[in-house]
Order: sequence, then C-alpha cells, then structure tokens
Amino acid sequence: MMGGFTALLARDLRLVWRQPGDVGVVLAFYVVAVVLFPLGIGPETNVLQRIAAGVLWSAALFAALLSLERLFAADHEDGTLDLLLLAPWPLELAALAKCTSHWIVTGLPLSLLAPVLGVAFGLDGESLLALFATLLIGTPTLSLIGGLAAALTLGARKSGALLALLALPLCVPTLIFGAGAVETLAAGEGLATHLAILGALALVALGTTPWAIAAALRQAGE
Amino acid sequence: MTAFFFAACYHGAGMAPLFLEIEGLACRRGGRRVFSSLSFGLAAGELLALTGRNGSGKTTLLRALAGLVRPDAGTVRWQGADVARDIDAWHGRLAWLGHLDGLKGDLTVAENLVVAQRLRGGRPDGLEGALLAFDLGPLAARQVRTLSAGQRRRTALARVAFSAAALWLLDEPLNALDTSAQQGFRSALQAHLAAGGLAIAATHADLGVAGARTLELGSSLSHSGGGA
Repeated sequence: MMGGFTALLARDLRLVWRQPGDVGVVLAFYVVAVVLFPLGIGPETNVLQRIAAGVLWSAALFAALLSLERLFAADHEDGTLDLLLLAPWPLELAALAKCTSHWIVTGLPLSLLAPVLGVAFGLDGESLLALFATLLIGTPTLSLIGGLAAALTLGARKSGALLALLALPLCVPTLIFGAGAVETLAAGEGLATHLAILGALALVALGTTPWAIAAALRQAGE
Repeated sequence: MTAFFFAACYHGAGMAPLFLEIEGLACRRGGRRVFSSLSFGLAAGELLALTGRNGSGKTTLLRALAGLVRPDAGTVRWQGADVARDIDAWHGRLAWLGHLDGLKGDLTVAENLVVAQRLRGGRPDGLEGALLAFDLGPLAARQVRTLSAGQRRRTALARVAFSAAALWLLDEPLNALDTSAQQGFRSALQAHLAAGGLAIAATHADLGVAGARTLELGSSLSHSGGGA
C-alpha cells in the first residue's frame, strides 16, 4: 500500500525533475508578483512593512494555484489516471501522494523564497522567521484544497479559472491566520496561537480532502 | 432508442469452471442505454473478443468490468465472489489497456514499465523479457514522447504483459501496430492464455487465437467464432 504511495510520489518528483521549467515558472511568477508591490507603492518602509505579510501570503496562494491545473489534468490526458484508478490500493492515498508532490515542488520552495523576498519589504529577522514558519505549516493546506479544486474541475472547459474560483475562498482562513501571524508578532504578541490554528486547518484538510479528491477522480474517470 | 439485447455465449465453457461471470450487466451513458441484461462467462485460458460498430458500447463494457464506470445493474463475479466487495483485490487481478496508452512521455520506456508495475504494488522483475517480447530492447532508454504511435502502443502492451495480471482488458490493442508488432502481441496473448490467463479485447481485427469467443455488441446476435 505504502509502496504504491511512494512509487507515485517518486514518479511525480522524477517528472518534475525532467521538466524543471514548470516549477521555475511558478517561482519566477512569485518573485515578479511580490516585487511589483514595492515598485508600485514606493519606498515607504512603514507602509511596506505593514503589507508585507499579506502580499507574500497572497502571492504564494496565486503561485500555488498556477501549477495546480496540471496536477491531475496531465494524468487524465495521457491515460495514466486510469492506471491510478485501477491500482490495487486506495485512491485516497494516490490523491495524497499527488498533493504531497505538489507541496514539495511548490509549497516548500515558496516557503523558503518568501523570507528572502521579505527583506525587500524591510521585515526584521523575527518576522522573516515567522513568515517562513507560517508558510511551511500553511502551504500543505493550499496544496490539499487546491488538489480538490483541480480534481473537481478535471475535464472542464476553462478549468484554470474555475479552479481558482473554487480554491481561493476555501483558502481564506489559511490566508488570514498566515498573514495575521506576522502582524501579531509586530504587535508584540506570540506566534503560538496562529501556528496552532494553521496546523489545525492543515489537519482538517488532511483528514477530509483525500477522500473528496478520490471521489472527484472516480467521477472524472467515468 | 432501440433496446439492445445480448445473449450469453457459453460455447466451450462447459468443462472448465468459470473464473469470470457477468450477470445482467447494464450501463447508461449520458442518459442513453448502451447495453442491458448482458451476461457471459469466461473460463481460464479464454479470450473474448468484443466486436460491434463504433459507439456500440465496447469501451463502456470494458470500463464497467474494470470498475471505472459504475454499472446501473448487474454483477461481475470472479471465482464466485462479487468484485465490488473488494475492489482493490479486483484491480490487482486485472491489467488495463485503454484507447490511451497510459504512458508518461517524459519517462523512458523501461521507466514507464517499472513505474506501472510499482503502482500495481508489484516488483519489476523480468523487465528484460517483457521488453524483448515486444521488440523494445533498443528503445528501452528512449523517452516515450520521442516514440511513434506504434512504438508507444507496443510499450503499453508490454506494460500489460509485464503486469502478470490474470485478466487483460484491452481496448483496440492492435491500434497503430505494424504486422510484426501485431505478431509479437499475438504471441504474448497466446502465452498469457496458455498460462491460464483470461483476456477481453475490443477489436475489429483477428487476434489469431484459436477458440476465441466473440461477443457482438449493439445487435441481437451473438455468436461464437473459432470453435473449441
């Protein structure tokens, strides 16, 4: 059972390794989108510091959505989705493996990139660390919810726009607590509550979305 | 819409116990009845060729047997047990070849076979033999997206043969294959049947198996070809 999970995860990571441009585009989009804000707003440090967490979090959300459209669509187009549907182990695990690979190639690099970009907003060291921590705990939720949206919009026309419409509202709680954590830190409060809530949101997503994704994939396979 | 009827053809199945039994299977696609009251059985070592015009439901029947499409009525039994009860075990017994090849273009031929086998929870032992059977040895290290349609189909067929599954479900297996590749596939199919395997193939071409049974969809006629 876990053999199938690791086999699928290894396959998807190897496919990304063969086409590194796909991940490169996502990360480049993130950098460009984030850097536009200081350029547009101007070099007022106190304004930039205030919006930094919100900008870095929102842009991470958009960047994560960019690569989600292909998460199941590629497998759907070449027929390998049928092989996953017909694998002799639970489809829920396959859904989890796909979301895990998405997180490894999107959520994890975005979490590492955000503190670097945060420097451009004049964030202090503690805030940068908080940004990294919230993204690290929050991005798995984005991958799981985005995976569900990707599975639901599989085969639909204009699936990319539909996917964003479905996923973005569901990601709002994660965004609020992710960006909010950095602000509470600036207000002199601790991070623990926000991190705990982000963790709880991730666990709820982990406990529900694989089943929903599996159901949506079975529907798409019909 | 015309209702279609199918008769069971148990030709030659009297002696051996039936491995696969389909009883009263019915499917709808987009509100249209594709087939209903479909019943047949297959014993070990038997091949069933599904024929019928385009749109007669060959692919739908294969997908329903695999469990990809939920039938409206009817049961599929393997050795007497309803396959819907343990769908994972059922999936472990079958190998699937759809009209899409089910290969990753960015992986090589050999990698595709190994990955497919690992996804089935199996060990990729005897890869060389599977590659040789479909004359894929020289292509083993080539990325699938650089191959021709026929070469990809051969890779997909090698994946099926490599799976060592008891039941092969094949949708137009000879598509895009040249004559020598068709011959290679026929040998692999014969070896599979001789080893007691089962196969159901939607095809218009002769699969070259003596005693193969035929089920024609989309008409009231159903006949046995070949003979036992």
